Amino acid sequence: MSTVTRRKIAERSFFILCASAIVIPLGVLALLLWDVGRDAAPRIDVQFLTSFPSRKAALAGILPAIVGSLYLIVLTAAIALPIGVGAALYLEEYAKKGRLSSLIEINIANLAGVPSIIYGLLGLGVFVRVLGLGRSLLAGALTMALLVLPIVVMVTRESLRTVPGHLREAAWGLGATRWQIVRQIVLPQAFPGILTGAILAVSRAIGETAPLVAVGALTYMTFLPDGIDAPFTVLPIQIFNWVSRPQEAFLVNAAAGIAVLMATMLLLNSVAIYLRNRLQHQTGR
Amino acid sequence: MTAALASQRLPSTKIAVSSVHAWFGSNHVLKDVSLNFPEKSVTAIIGPSGCGKSTLLRSLNRMHELVEGARISGNILLDGKDIYDPGVDPVLLRRRVGMVFQKPNPFPSMTIRENVLSGLKLTGRLEHQSSDDIVRRALRGAALWDEVKDRLHSPGISLSGGQQQRLCIARSLAVRPDVLLMDEPCSALDPIASAKIEDLIHTLSADYTIVIVTHNMQQAARVSNYTAFMLHGELVEFSKTDQLFTAPRDPRTEDYITGKFG
Repeated sequence: MSTVTRRKIAERSFFILCASAIVIPLGVLALLLWDVGRDAAPRIDVQFLTSFPSRKAALAGILPAIVGSLYLIVLTAAIALPIGVGAALYLEEYAKKGRLSSLIEINIANLAGVPSIIYGLLGLGVFVRVLGLGRSLLAGALTMALLVLPIVVMVTRESLRTVPGHLREAAWGLGATRWQIVRQIVLPQAFPGILTGAILAVSRAIGETAPLVAVGALTYMTFLPDGIDAPFTVLPIQIFNWVSRPQEAFLVNAAAGIAVLMATMLLLNSVAIYLRNRLQHQTGR
Repeated sequence: MTAALASQRLPSTKIAVSSVHAWFGSNHVLKDVSLNFPEKSVTAIIGPSGCGKSTLLRSLNRMHELVEGARISGNILLDGKDIYDPGVDPVLLRRRVGMVFQKPNPFPSMTIRENVLSGLKLTGRLEHQSSDDIVRRALRGAALWDEVKDRLHSPGISLSGGQQQRLCIARSLAVRPDVLLMDEPCSALDPIASAKIEDLIHTLSADYTIVIVTHNMQQAARVSNYTAFMLHGELVEFSKTDQLFTAPRDPRTEDYITGKFG
């Protein structure tokens, strides 16, 4: 066999290997969506989306969970993004690079891998008990914010690093202060990347169940949360609750809940991706 | 007669550098450098890579100290005032001592017009009623006006490399500096674009004190009135350009300009 044919075969097999690496996960995802969709389709209607939970599966709905999830996500993002972006800005733009900053970097990376139940227990101890916030939306959002902070910090740092040094230099040379450079040059350039961090953080937070169980989210809400100090529930908890019931009809509810959860997540992410693409266009990348 | 006398007179000193040492960490990159940059003329700094010419340039607007681990000692006087005096704000100094970099670096998210105004906008000093004037004057000053006057709202990065570099010069001029530092401003450009920048440097020297770092000896000979030759962090020779290139005093200068090393 000539070396040319051998090279072509190698080329071809690597292509097939890479292609199957993308086909397999996409296939599994499609199967999952199809399976959930088939179970959920007959159950998703206006009644399901606008009703409160019920002992009767046919009357039960998912409204408090949708509202709770949305509130929780918005509140989590509102807490985690400013703190996370601020921390990343400090570490990247202000802090001296040295042993301490690499120690902090390693620790943040480790925190991103800490099991979420541990954050839940921390939230229960600190926010619910010590700070006396109770089993409230605020306590849940603070816990969730802790959970996603390392992701926000890491992704933001990464995107700050992609801002070319020569742009900073140009601004220095024009007599700008560090804050003027950060606000007008670095942040706008890094913003699309920061939004990616927000997408990842929100995707993570919306699907988390364990820490909220620990913090004490309810499983049976007959009213909507009316403030940040109100009790709440979220979609994954509602789904978990329905799945753990013996009746077949509740399992159908759970499938419908999963479909709603996935749709909500896709919707939030596509908004963020749309924003990012628009901004990327504007920042000339 | 009077004209002949005037051309004989030495120009006054704009920047006086005396006994300057600079370090990156433990790396001693400038060793006891002393020289006077004359006002409203072009001074070229030449020398092989790593000789400290860029460091010397960047110590003149205190950009050297932005690198972590960088240190400097000695005196640098701008118009007789020490720029390293604790009372001097480096940010304000950099508005008087502008800088043009090796690679053209217009802000990618800004239009041509916004790039020209960026120095004023960044520092919160932009007055909108005068901005058209500033844009026109700066672009004319950088010999770019005629080429871009009909597309001031196109992105700065849509220009060619040479035009981008002149846009960066316009951006520096808009801040109204006295001194322009240029760090190998033509090294990323083709010969035609370089020639335009060289012409521009010549014109600008009527109003500005210009210090240009270049690794291109022909360029130094063409654009500068004075030339400093540096080697291993030391200033070997500083004199009028024609003298340095035709009758160097130091054998090392002669070896360098005749291409024995470099």
